This record gives sequence, structure tokens and C-alpha cells, in this order.
Amino acid sequence: MTRPQVTIDGNEAAAYVAHKTNEVIAIYPITPSSNMGEWADQWSSEEKPNIWGTVPTVIEMQSEGGAAGTLHGALQGGALGTTFTASQGLLLMIPNMYKIAGELTPSVIHVAARAIAAQALSIFGDHQDVMAVRQTGFAMLASCSVQEVMDMALIAQSATLESRIPFLHFFDGFRTSHEVAKVEQLSEDDLRAMLDDELIRRHRQRALSPDNPVLRGTAQNPDVYFQARETVNPFYLACPAIVQNAMDRFAALTGRQYHLADYHGDPSAERVIVLMGSGAEAVHETVDYLAARGEKLGVIRLRLFRPFPTEAFLAALPGTVKKLCVLDRTKEPGSLGEPLYQDVVTALHEACAGPLPVVTGGRYGLSSKEFTPAMIKGVFDEMNNERPKNHFTIGIVDDVTHTSLPYDESFSTEDPATVRCLFYGLGADGTVGANKNSIKIIGEETPNYAQGYFVYDSKKSGSITISHLRFGPKPIRSSYLISRANFIACHLFTFLERMDVLAAAEPGATFLLNAPFPKEEVWDKLPRAVQETIIRKKLKFYTIDALAVARENGMGVRINTIMQTCFFAISGILPRDEAIGQIKKAIQKTYGKRGELVVQKNFAAVDAALAHLHEIQVPAAATSSVEPRPVISPKAPQYVRDVLGVIYSGGGDSLPVSALPLDGTFPTGTAQWEKRNIAAEVPVWDEALCIQCGKCVLVCPHATIRSKVVPEAALAGAPPTFKSSAARWKEMGDQKYLLQVAVEDCTGCGICVAVCPAKDKTNSKHRAIDMMPQPPLREAERGNWDFFLTLPETGRDAISHSQVKDVQLLQPLFEFSGACSGCGETPYIKLLTQLFGDRTVISNATGCSSIYGGNLPTTPYTANSDGRGPAWSNSLFEDNAEFGLGIRLSIDKQAEFARELLAGMAERVGAGLAASILNAGQSSEEDIFAQRERVKELTRVLTGIGTPEARNLMAVAGALVKKSVWIVGGDGWAYDIGFGGLDHVLSTGRNVNVLVLDTEVYSNTGGQMSKSTPRGAVAKFAAGGKPAGKKDLAMMAVTYGNVYVARIAMGGSDTQTVKAFLEAEAYDGPSLIIAYSHCIAHGYDMVHGIEQQKNAVQSGYWPLFRYNPQLEGSGKNPFQLDSRAPSLALEKYIYNETRYTMLVHSAPEQARQLLEEAKRDVEDRWKLYEYLAARPVNAAPQGGQQ
Amino acid sequence: MSTAVGNHLATRYMGFDLKSPLVASASPLAKEIGNLRRMEDSGLGAVVLHSLFEEQIELESAALDRGLASGAGCNAEAANYFPEMSGYNIGPAGYLEHIRQAKEAVSIPVIASLNGYTPGGWVHYAKLMQQAGADALELNLYFLPTDPEVTGGQVEDQCVELVRAVAGSVTIPVAVKLGPYFSSLPHTARRLDEAGAAALVLFNRFYQPDYDLQTMEVVPDLHLSTSAELPLRLHWVALLSGRIRADLAVTGGVHTAIDVLKCMMAGARAAMTTSALLQHGIGCVPGILRDITGWMEAQEYESIQQMQGSLNYLSVPDPAAYERANYMRVLSSYSLRRGTV
Repeated sequence: MTRPQVTIDGNEAAAYVAHKTNEVIAIYPITPSSNMGEWADQWSSEEKPNIWGTVPTVIEMQSEGGAAGTLHGALQGGALGTTFTASQGLLLMIPNMYKIAGELTPSVIHVAARAIAAQALSIFGDHQDVMAVRQTGFAMLASCSVQEVMDMALIAQSATLESRIPFLHFFDGFRTSHEVAKVEQLSEDDLRAMLDDELIRRHRQRALSPDNPVLRGTAQNPDVYFQARETVNPFYLACPAIVQNAMDRFAALTGRQYHLADYHGDPSAERVIVLMGSGAEAVHETVDYLAARGEKLGVIRLRLFRPFPTEAFLAALPGTVKKLCVLDRTKEPGSLGEPLYQDVVTALHEACAGPLPVVTGGRYGLSSKEFTPAMIKGVFDEMNNERPKNHFTIGIVDDVTHTSLPYDESFSTEDPATVRCLFYGLGADGTVGANKNSIKIIGEETPNYAQGYFVYDSKKSGSITISHLRFGPKPIRSSYLISRANFIACHLFTFLERMDVLAAAEPGATFLLNAPFPKEEVWDKLPRAVQETIIRKKLKFYTIDALAVARENGMGVRINTIMQTCFFAISGILPRDEAIGQIKKAIQKTYGKRGELVVQKNFAAVDAALAHLHEIQVPAAATSSVEPRPVISPKAPQYVRDVLGVIYSGGGDSLPVSALPLDGTFPTGTAQWEKRNIAAEVPVWDEALCIQCGKCVLVCPHATIRSKVVPEAALAGAPPTFKSSAARWKEMGDQKYLLQVAVEDCTGCGICVAVCPAKDKTNSKHRAIDMMPQPPLREAERGNWDFFLTLPETGRDAISHSQVKDVQLLQPLFEFSGACSGCGETPYIKLLTQLFGDRTVISNATGCSSIYGGNLPTTPYTANSDGRGPAWSNSLFEDNAEFGLGIRLSIDKQAEFARELLAGMAERVGAGLAASILNAGQSSEEDIFAQRERVKELTRVLTGIGTPEARNLMAVAGALVKKSVWIVGGDGWAYDIGFGGLDHVLSTGRNVNVLVLDTEVYSNTGGQMSKSTPRGAVAKFAAGGKPAGKKDLAMMAVTYGNVYVARIAMGGSDTQTVKAFLEAEAYDGPSLIIAYSHCIAHGYDMVHGIEQQKNAVQSGYWPLFRYNPQLEGSGKNPFQLDSRAPSLALEKYIYNETRYTMLVHSAPEQARQLLEEAKRDVEDRWKLYEYLAARPVNAAPQGGQQ
Repeated sequence: MSTAVGNHLATRYMGFDLKSPLVASASPLAKEIGNLRRMEDSGLGAVVLHSLFEEQIELESAALDRGLASGAGCNAEAANYFPEMSGYNIGPAGYLEHIRQAKEAVSIPVIASLNGYTPGGWVHYAKLMQQAGADALELNLYFLPTDPEVTGGQVEDQCVELVRAVAGSVTIPVAVKLGPYFSSLPHTARRLDEAGAAALVLFNRFYQPDYDLQTMEVVPDLHLSTSAELPLRLHWVALLSGRIRADLAVTGGVHTAIDVLKCMMAGARAAMTTSALLQHGIGCVPGILRDITGWMEAQEYESIQQMQGSLNYLSVPDPAAYERANYMRVLSSYSLRRGTV
């Protein structure tokens, strides 16, 4: 049978089989498994049936725990069910996994294995998650490559039905889940042949049904629980044989023979490595390479980990083996060894009568740490030692406990027959998408094998992508990044200034550079080191001004198809004409649905590309005096330079263990040292036109536009281009107003310009700030910014904190985040830090805000000149409210203890001081500052006392100064996975402030539907437009009566926004602010974000209100409606956004119907709010802490 | 419910026998098939569908592409932000399907309306509309010159060539909906006539810029027409009536039976209305038709065709009424009636 060859990634391979062989699919997004759910949802929404002809039901749940519960129920109901997950998600499934296994229920869970959040979260791949569920009773089957993912998914499905044991099918997150490779696609006939319908019928017969009532899920007592737990043993004993049998049947069908433990290598090998997952491919490649050079080596890739197939494992092991090394991609602190190592040791000891080989264990590849042939050779070399190191690590330098093995980094097994290409792209330029197309073209249109893997940095704006593409006539087992490339493309010229793009270039390789210069000037513009490398390595050098070609052809900044065309033209992988034909075919396929114009634009760009591609004749000697600029300012603190700077410049792999903090604690104030220079245009201030309203400062997502009012004398010594104007404040009229842009940190979103109300009366397109090209301004503005920073902050007591105009003068303690350009969330966080940052602890749910807030190398959170600023932590996704509550309780408890101690020591410390501290109201910032001074004095006094009580009081005295606890997260957290916790925390009456940054989708994982997603909007998992309305979380909180609630939108009313923050913080009880946050997941240019917020409010979609329980105490209505009755048709708001319009295009009838319903939602909500705002109120006891 | 309309209202427009001269001009109402049925039932003689705007298709396509590409390929956790749909109906497919459905739904002529953007686009979409079953085309022709280098002659040439290209590429009749801003409208009309236009529809109404003084922004707006706009149309229809081969139709300012009657007397074969339908609903049509009939009966007219052109430039005793556009001091109100008494 001829099966189609497809180029897909591991997630699609798993989802393909899962969707074809199941009926109920319960999903929840989590990186890197989200795509499996997305595929399943898409196929079901396209009415694609499974192999039995029915379309699987796909349902998104509120958490992985919810998905597991739903899966459990679906299975108990007799359906075939599955789910997909990773990492924390898998941990949330554990309780149900015990149940599903305990009840002997056939099912397969597909896991893109990922690290677990410990000292830090990591989205990348290892086996920590799957190893944390090895005790649940699930069988565990590992895949090592994309092909194996598809194959094992089916083998697991087959084996689970026969064995009745549920299976966890896992493969390495990112390395396999996101690797694009050419694989043979199983046919529906293959799937049918492997799945016995009779076994499915038996599964259905065991289902819960009133037609055949049974009781399951009982509570058992000491008398029988134990025995009952042992009843399943025969099933586990039989399982390995069932799996092998399935593998054999699969081999008969496809020719691909798998074993529970597959040995590869010399039949008389003396040194053998045992491992699971993608690393086995690299070991396989290394074994072959070294075998060709006379070494007797072998590798066992263990496929079935649970039930551990002792017999098969021993059978696979050559009798000649003397040294056995077991590699675990996980860490179990405090254990005798990692799980696979321990199981292998146990298996050998239990089974072998004779002398045992020397067994060692080691850890590798945590969090997708590279696992290369060089490292593998290092492991084999270590095994040559008489007493090889045990419990080692490979791939890092452990200079603390010295676990790491040395290895020769220059060792490589790359096959010369394989073409290896590296592409350095800018996130927004479409490089990754084009490369995925290139892989498809080569994989599906040529006999070559193809592999693509994509590496991203952790910034959401101006991010760098590196595409690793391999093509060749032999199967590609290189499950590691390319370190020797024969083609390198650099899609942004400035990358050359900040990283060694050509480090991986092999001698004679081809270098393609997108450069914004005429071809005659390109060579001279190169940094000297780049010129030297090109000469030394004898690189063939091509250049194109792709951006100019893109703009000429209406492509904006998307240079992808242009660079792709150049790649094919000069790499010679395909004949040029054929390549162009295939590129156009791919363009038609990718963009055809979006309209002929889009296709034609891309075609034109392809056609124009070759005419602008030039080969540069490389001179014999380097001539440039351009030196790369430091990636981190030399003025940065040493730790930032030596550690964070290394990470930022891509050298993090070289940092030894000792360079990293013990407990995941890092300094704040570090983003200021990255000068990313990613904006093409930046705002420029016209001080004469400016009305000093502060709106630009308020909305700036990156805190790169700042203002101060300073005495004129402070401007002495200002740089010549430094601007100022007379301050328009009555009380500060004799001072100077400054508005300064940090042009090296600005992302160029343009929101500041969009909100600027000050237009030139003679020329309305000129405003008080206009966007201008950044490069010519860079040098001067760098000096101006540095000077601006030296100037004193405007006194906080001199201005009103409730006026936007004044708030602009408060120093932000959140700056230069890596959030998306034009982010709708960050202005709220920035405002929070301006108002309360010096006394705030932030508990941050996992999501966008935890990534731009706390993803290494730097953090935007910073401190003021007193060293005070937000303390920030992310616990998990689901527990954020509880985590924040815990912080609150902790602070309160310590404050209480401090007060108790102080009361007891009042005489010793001075009755007056003690009383003033104990009686301080701290209801205003002035009071808080005064209390801070008093506590400072107390500490001084206590130092002199020196008793244990005094020392104890000193330890907790800081808690006597009011602290503000903010619980921050997105709607995925607040509406879905964390809702239960949030609800409970609000009910406690404790003084926590909750800020929900409501983007109405799971933004961080790619725009999946949440319960905040509005009716009629398209989101992932809601491809047909969300049929249900958005949950009114605000009103749910209002029903408690003692919760301060505000629904805000900065673009709707900045004044109301500021007021809400102040009231929420001042309220001595729980507060909830739900902040409308525009997002790239809404599908429009973020420059219009604030305008769109205004539309949301004016249309009545997002009414603004504040519910302040304190007002009720004074006989006032606590519900204050802050926006006017809808005055804009809903469609005038929503149809500015792709999330809505794409439904109008794809399903107009459905869109029309949902629009009508959404309009009714708006009307109904408005009526309710109007009623609440108008209802008479009886005076009642004040709300607040219970 | 069908409204009984006698043959006395029949007219002939672009080769079609219409049961009444009142025609629905292009408006959002035509987007609903149900509305088209109601229009037919109410007694309208034909329907002009809402316009297919080539530029809009392109803008929608570009906006969709930009929106879907938003944030794509930028970070490890999100390859993109939207689900992949099987199709977006971008392009003319939806409109063409609408033509097909309209043809199935009603038996009165269905006139598709097209506003092109590129020369190739006009012809391309015109052919598609014919293939989809449109009985006729109405070219929603406007070109707003903003470049001082472009002459009136060039604009006119461009319009004429476009009409020639479209009319030459389809076999169904092609009407041209014009704006009033031509230096010599009669000459332009004749050239369009010669280029193959089967009818001229006078006049298009355009979005007009207005200002928000507070925000210093230009606010485009389009208000519904009133009967006050009718005289301009009557003027030019009367001037052209009987002097070119193409049929004439009035659009803009047709609200009442009297308005329709005036159009007919000026020489129009059809009077098109939109604002009245938007303001009062399709249900107002039978009333207008009844009023026309009532007036005709009272005045003893036997048919609409009898009055068509009766007050055109060629028929009035004092053509000066149409020739002067300014300083027109009516010395004697009897002068226009000269010859009719």
C-alpha cells in the first residue's frame, strides 16, 4: 500500500491518530501540547469524521483537571475518549488518572512532555511531567520521532483496548511535538486494522447505563481495599506482551517493526546507553558514526516504560555489555537515582544470576537543553573509565556538586549529504511560516527527507526566531540544533551587531543577508568580525534589500516569501523555476483562502525577489571599522553583565551551576539594561504644541515615554537637543515640564500618538507627538534619556494621584517589558506600580503577564531611588488567587505579631513611638511614608536593645508599614482555571486586590477560547464563533456585597481607570478590577487599541462601573455606572477586529445570528446595570473584612 | 402579499418590460433575499443589488490577511492566534451566490451593481456577474480625481473606456450610474452611450466629508436623500432625454408618487428609490404606486409611457428653463407654460 508522505510536526501526528480513533476529546491549552487540541477542534469543526464515520466531540474545559474528569466520565459512559496535555496540566490530571487506571478503563492520553515549574517555570521539554505520573497505573509508551509519534499513538490505542490499561503516550515537548518532519501517514485502513471493534463493544458494555445498572467508584474499608487493589495485577502482567503483539501487527501492516525495548548497535557492544524519547535518535546517530570508526557501542531505546518490560529489556541487552549507562531526562532531587535508572538497576538485579554490568545513571536535556552527539560521545567516553561517574549530568557545567561530565564540543556527526540551513528571522517577518512551507515543498515534492525546528527568544515584541532546517537523502535522526550549517540566512541586518550569526557556518557555506543598503555599500556596513568570518570561512555571500522589495509589493514588513525565494534560488535544492513554481503553489495554498489580492502580492514579491538578489564579491581583507555594540549596557551591575547579559546574548548554555541563584530569586530593575532598538519609528515631542495632559504617558505599554516637572535650574548641563516647556501646573508654574522618550526601548507601537489630543491648528496631521524614524535620533536621544534619568522625580506629595495629568509624573516601576508592541495589558500594570509600586507584592498567574513580567533574562519590574518597588512572584496558573491570599495572610500575621511584640516592648522602645506606630491609620500615602519613617526609627531603637524579642520584632517590623497585595492574571486564569480559587479568595473578605487583564482569550498560548470570550468572536476551540455569552465575572463578584468591583477600560475613561485603582487599593477588603485589554489575538493593528477600547465602551459592550461597598455604609448606592448608554452600533465596534470579521467571512449566517444575540446581550446588560445604578439603597453596615 | 398593479404602470428599461417604473436602487436592503421577495411583492419593477466593491474585496482581503498574520510565528507558545478556517468567502463568491439566490427568489429583473477599482477588475467581475445570472449590470462609476495633473478629459476617457470594455465583454445590458460632476455631461453621456451603455442612471450620491471640530477629524457621512435632491436629476434627465439612445433612470430624491411622475415626465424610464425604502420600509411601495395610479386616473393618463419625456428639453416650449443655471429670474410664471395653454 502506498501511503502519503506528509511533512507535519509531532503534535499533528498524535492528533491525527487521536482524532481518527476517538469520540470524545476533552481539551485544555498548555504549551507545548496545545496544538493537539487545536488540530482536533479544527478537524471536528470541519466535520471530519473518525474511522467509524462520526465526528468526534471536542470540548474545551476550564482546566486540565476538568479535562481529565470529563475524560473519565466519557470513558465511564462507554465512549472512546482522549485528551492532550503537558507539564502542570498532567499533574492536574493525576487524581483522575488513578481512577481511570484503577477502573481498568482503556484510553490514551497524549503528552508533549515538558518540564515542571520548580525554581522556575519552563515551557520546554523533558520528562519531569511524565515521570511524575508513573505511579498512577497508566501504561507509558514513549516516541522518539515524529514518525514514531504517529505510529505509537496507534499502537497505544490498540493496546489499551486489548489490555484495558490506560496509556500515556509521550514524546518530547518541542523537540518532537514541534519538529516538522517528513513522515508516512497511516491510512484509515491501517487504523481500522489495528483496532478490534469487538474490544470497543466490550468497552461499551462495561459502561454505566441504567439499562444495566452497576455501582462503580465505591468507598472501601481496611478489610478489602488492599485486596481489591491487587486485582488488577494480571492485566499489568499481560500488558507488555499485548503491546509487543500490537507492534508486531503494526509491523506487518507498515513494515516498521518496533519493540518494547529496541536495541541498535554492535551485537557485541560493551558499552550501551539506555534512554527514552528523542535523545535516542541522536544516540542512534552517534552510535552509527562511532561504529564506523571501530567502536563497539549500542543504544536501547525503551519504548514501554510502564509496565516495565523487564523480560524484553533484558532480551534486548547484548550479552557482551560491560557498561550500561541509563540516561534520564528528569530530576528527582534526593533520590537514589532517576526513575529509569532505578528501574534498570532493579530489573538487572532481579533478573540476572551472573555478574552484572556496571550501571551508571545520568541526567541530560532538562528543559530542552541540547543533547548532542558531542555530549553522547562524552557519555560513552566516560564509560571507558574503570569506575565511570555515576549520577552525573551531561550538557551543563556543574561547578557546585561537580556532577557534570566533560565532553568535546567540537565533535559532530552531521552527515555531509544532509543540507543544513539556519535562518535568523524577526518574529513579525514571517520567516517561520515560510520555512515551514519550504520544508513542505522539499519534503513533499522531492525524495529528500526533511526536518525543521524553530527556536524563539522569550520576547513578545521584536523577538528573534532561528529556524533549523535539514534536508537530505537519508533519514534524519539529528534531534539537536544545527551547529554546522552550509547555508545561513540573516533576515535582519542589526542581528549582526548583537549575535554571532555566522558562528555555525561551515567553510564554504552560503550566507544570505537582508540588508537595507545598495549592494555596493553592504560590505562596508558589515561589522568587522562578520567580514573576517566571511573571508576566513570563504563564504559565498548574497544580499538583498528584502524590506524594500516587500514594501514595493505591498507586503509591509513581511519579507518571508522574498527571502524564501532567494534561499531556493541560491541553495540549488530544486531547479530554480521548479522551486518558484512550488513556492507559488504553497502561497496559493497558504493564502488563497484570504483572497486573490494576497496571493498576487506574494507572487509579485516572489517575482521581484530574484531581480534584487545580488552576489557580493568578497574582498581579500576586512575593511570595516564597525564593532558590535554591547548587548547589555556596560553601566549595568556586574551580575546583570556577567549572568543576565550572557543569557541575553545567547550564551546561557555556557553558564555554570554556580552562576544561577539557588532558589530562583533574581534582582529586579534589569530590563533597563537591554537596549533592544527594535522600533523603526519612535515618538518625537513638539513641546510647543503639547498640552501636558499625560495621556501618552498613561497608555504607553512599555513605559518608554515619561514626564517630569523639575526646577529650571535642574536643566543646567542638559544636552543640546533636550526639550522642555513651562509646566502647566498652577502649583509648579515656575518649573519645567519634560517629556522624554527612551528611543532604544520603545517598540514603536504608536499608541501614544493615536491618543494625543493636541493637534496643530494649522496642520491637523501634526500632533504634539509624531512618529519619526528612530536611527537618526538614536544617539541624541540616548543622551537625552540618560540626562532625563539623572533629574529628580517630581515629588509624589506635590501632585494629585487621581488625575491622569498628575499620574504621568509618578515614576513607573514597570518598564521596557518584552510584551507585544502595543500591548493592552501592560499600561494597567504600569499604572499599578506608579500608584502603589513601592509597597506592592504581586502574585502573578502564569500567562502573558508572567512571561513579560518574569521570563529570563530580565524583568521589567524595578525599584525607585529608595530601592523600593514591587516584589513579584508567579506560583502557578491555577492557584494565583490563593497564592496571593497566602502572601496577604503572611503579611497580616507578621504585622499582628509585630504589633503584639511592640505593645509588649512599648516602654523599652518609647511609649510615644510605639503608640504612634500602633495607632497609625496609614490611609494615605503620606501616612504610609510617615509610618515608614517611624518604623525606621523603631529599628534603630531595637538595634540598641538587643534582646531576643527585639531581634524578633526587627525581623517583622517591616510588616508594620502597609503593604498592598495585588493578584494579577489574565482571563484564562480568572474566568476558568483559577475561578474557583478566585471566588474563594474574594469570599474571605481579606484585603487583596485582584487585577484581571481581560484579553478575552488565552493569549499566551495562542488565543484559545476562555469563558471571557465574547459571543460571536472566533477563537481557537471556537472556530464557529463562540456561541455562549461572556461570563459577567464582575457581577458575580458584586453579589458578595463586600467586594469592591470595577470594570474599567483605559481607552473608555482613563479617569475612571485611575479612580478604580485608587479605590480598590484603599478598600480594606477584597477588590476586583476587570480591565479591558486589547490584544494581538483580536486581530487588528494595536495602534488602534485605545480607540477600540473607547468603541467597546460606547457600544455598550463594555460598560464601565465601580461597585464600592463602602458607599452603602453612608447610604449611597454602591453601584456607580461610569459610562453612558450605548451610542455606537455594536458592529461598529466588533467588526474592526478579525476575531469577529473572520466569522462574517467564513459563516455569514452564523455571524449574523450571533451578532443579533450579542446585541441583545448588550441591551440586557445595560438594562441591568442601569437598574442597579438607579435603585434606591438603604443604609447598611459597611462591607469589608469579615 | 402581491400588490395588484395595472399595466398602465408598465415601462421598458434596458430592454426589460417592467411592471412599474419604480425600481429599488442599490442599498443594503438588497442583501436580504427576503427583502428582494418583498420588493417584488410590493410592486417594484426591478431591483438593483447592493454594489460589489472591488476595492472593498481587496481591503477585506488585506485586512483579513493582516489580522490572521497578527503575532504569527513570533513565539514558542503560540504559532498563531486564530484557528484555520476552511474558507473565508473573500472575493466575489458571496456576491455571486447572492445573485443566484436572488434570481431564484424573484422574477423581476435583477440588476447587479459593480464598483471596480482596476480596469481588469471591472471586466472580470462583470463577467462573473453575468455568469451568476444577473439580468443586467449597473456600473457604479465614480472616480474622484485628487491629482491636479489629471484633466477632466482624462477622467472622462477613463470612464468611457471602462464602459466600452465592460459592455464589450458581456452580453447583458449595462447601465452606468454617474455622478453629476462632468464638465459637459451631455457630451459625456453621448460618449458613454456610444461606448455601449444601455442606460444612464443619474445621479450617484457620494459620501461627503464632514468635520468633527472637537477632534479635528474628517468624518465621512452619507445622509439619506430627500425630494429636494430631485430637481438636479430632473434637470439632466430632461436635457438628455430623447437625445441619446440609452435609457435614462433617476436615482436620488425619489420619495413620493409625485417624484416618480416628475421623473417620467423628464424622460426617465425608471425611478429608483433607496432612502424611501430605508426610511419607511418596503411596505411604502404599494402606497406610492397607488398614488401614481390615482394621479394618473385623475389626470386621465392611460400609461406611464404616455408621459415619459413629456417635459424633457425637446418637449417643453421654452427650453431656456433647462439652459440657464443661474440668474434665472422667472419674469413670468406663465412663460414655462407657453404652448401648453
